[in-house]
This record gives sequence, structure tokens and C-alpha cells, in this order.
Amino acid sequence: MADAIFIAMMVVTVGGAIVALEAEEIVYGAIGLAGSLFGVAALFFLLDAPYVAVFQVTVYIGAVAVLILFTVMLVRQEKWYKELPATSLSRLAGVLTGLAIIIAFAFAVMYTDLSSYTQIQNTAGFLQIGQLISSGYAPVLEVLALVLGAAVVGALTLSRVDREEKQQ
Amino acid sequence: MNSLADFVLVSAMLFGIGIYGLITKRNALRLLFAVEIMINAANLNFVAFGQYLPIASGSQAALGQTFVLFSIALAAAETAVILAIVVVAYRLHNDVDVSELKSMEG
Repeated sequence: MADAIFIAMMVVTVGGAIVALEAEEIVYGAIGLAGSLFGVAALFFLLDAPYVAVFQVTVYIGAVAVLILFTVMLVRQEKWYKELPATSLSRLAGVLTGLAIIIAFAFAVMYTDLSSYTQIQNTAGFLQIGQLISSGYAPVLEVLALVLGAAVVGALTLSRVDREEKQQ
Repeated sequence: MNSLADFVLVSAMLFGIGIYGLITKRNALRLLFAVEIMINAANLNFVAFGQYLPIASGSQAALGQTFVLFSIALAAAETAVILAIVVVAYRLHNDVDVSELKSMEG
């Protein structure tokens, strides 16, 4: 059986995700998303993976959530206050598909022995992560750095305002 | 005591919510939120299985965590590109409703 702090963090994570998608105003949605990401970081702590949890807080809440908030402020419009509601058919389809996936996963979990794993086996710390990243997976790290650099340069190029375009 | 099944269930809930958002929403930023939620569901699953299953020895014990670090970095790069595209779409069309962005339609 799950303990209380797990239940609390589950509520924060799932509730934040629902707020992110259903909040009337999109700024509140962005804040809800940040809450959901924070809940996932807390779940990483519960999984004895503190390094991943801190990385999650740094990257997602420190960078991604702030980036999203700035974009929302850049592109917000009055008419978003009354965002067009989804048609009832697509809403029904979305709810049914989402529920079907959740129920399918729940049944899959129920009919396996996943709930018999109650003891965390691998408590690897910084040392093992550092060894993996700097030995076997060093090429992955290099490629990832390249991808990140290319993505940032591409984003800057995309959102650059041309001088000629501006003068028109 | 938390079991592996609890974490998998939370992950499934996040994934289902993300699918719901992808189907019903038309605002580009909401779609980005939905994708982020689904990426987080996958990461949570990865760490949970990596920590609970007794497969690893030595430095291999950190495999799940290491892959999630890579995944988080990739998601950050992807978010930067998507947000740039949203800003450009807003500048060109004055809207971020994906059903209104028809200039790339075949």
C-alpha cells in the first residue's frame, strides 16, 4: 500500500496536469504544468533518485516552465480568456481515449506481479551516474550536446526579427 | 511502502491525461503542455522500473536514471524549438490555434 506522501504527490502531479490542460486562462495552465513537473520531481525523490529529481527541478521548473511563461506573456491575447470550447464530440473522444488508456494500464498492472516489488533495489548515486555518462555513454552525451546547441541556435534563428521585415 | 505498481499507475494517469489533451485541444501551447506531460509520464516509468527491478550490478544500477537525464535534456531542446515556432506562428498569423495555421497544408 502506498504511503501518505506518495498519495499527496500523486494528487499534486495528476491535479497539476489536469489544471494545465483545463484552466480557463493559459497562464494558470502554465503554472499548473509547473506544479505537475514539481510533483514528478518529488516522485523521483521517493524513488531514491535525488540526482534526477534535482535535474528535473533545474531543467523543467527553472528553464522550461519559465520559458513557457515568457512565451505565454509574449503571445497572449484577450480572446483567450474565452477560448473556444472543444466540440462535444472531440471532447467525448478525448475523454474516452484517455480513460481507455488509463484503464488498460491499470488492468495490465493488476494482472502482473508489479505490486510485489516493494523494495527499491538499485540505489545508485552520483558516482555511478557519472561513471556511466563519462565512460560507455560519452558519445551519447556529445551528440546530445550537439542537438541541444543546434536546437537553441535554430530557435534563435526562427524567432529573429528581420530588419527589412520590421521596416515594412 | 510504495510498490512499483503505484508508480506505473501514476505514469499511466499522466499519459492518459496527455492523450486527452492532444485530442481535444487546438491551442498550440496546450498541445505543448500535453506533450510535456506525456514525456514526464515516460520518464517516471523509466526511473521506476530502473530502480525497482533487480537486474543491475555495479555502475549499471544507474542506467534508468542516466537515460532519464538524457531524455530530460532532449525534452528541453524540443521545448525551445516548439516555443520558437509558436512565437513565429503568432507573428505571422496573430493566432496560435493550430486549426487556423493552414499555410503549410498540402
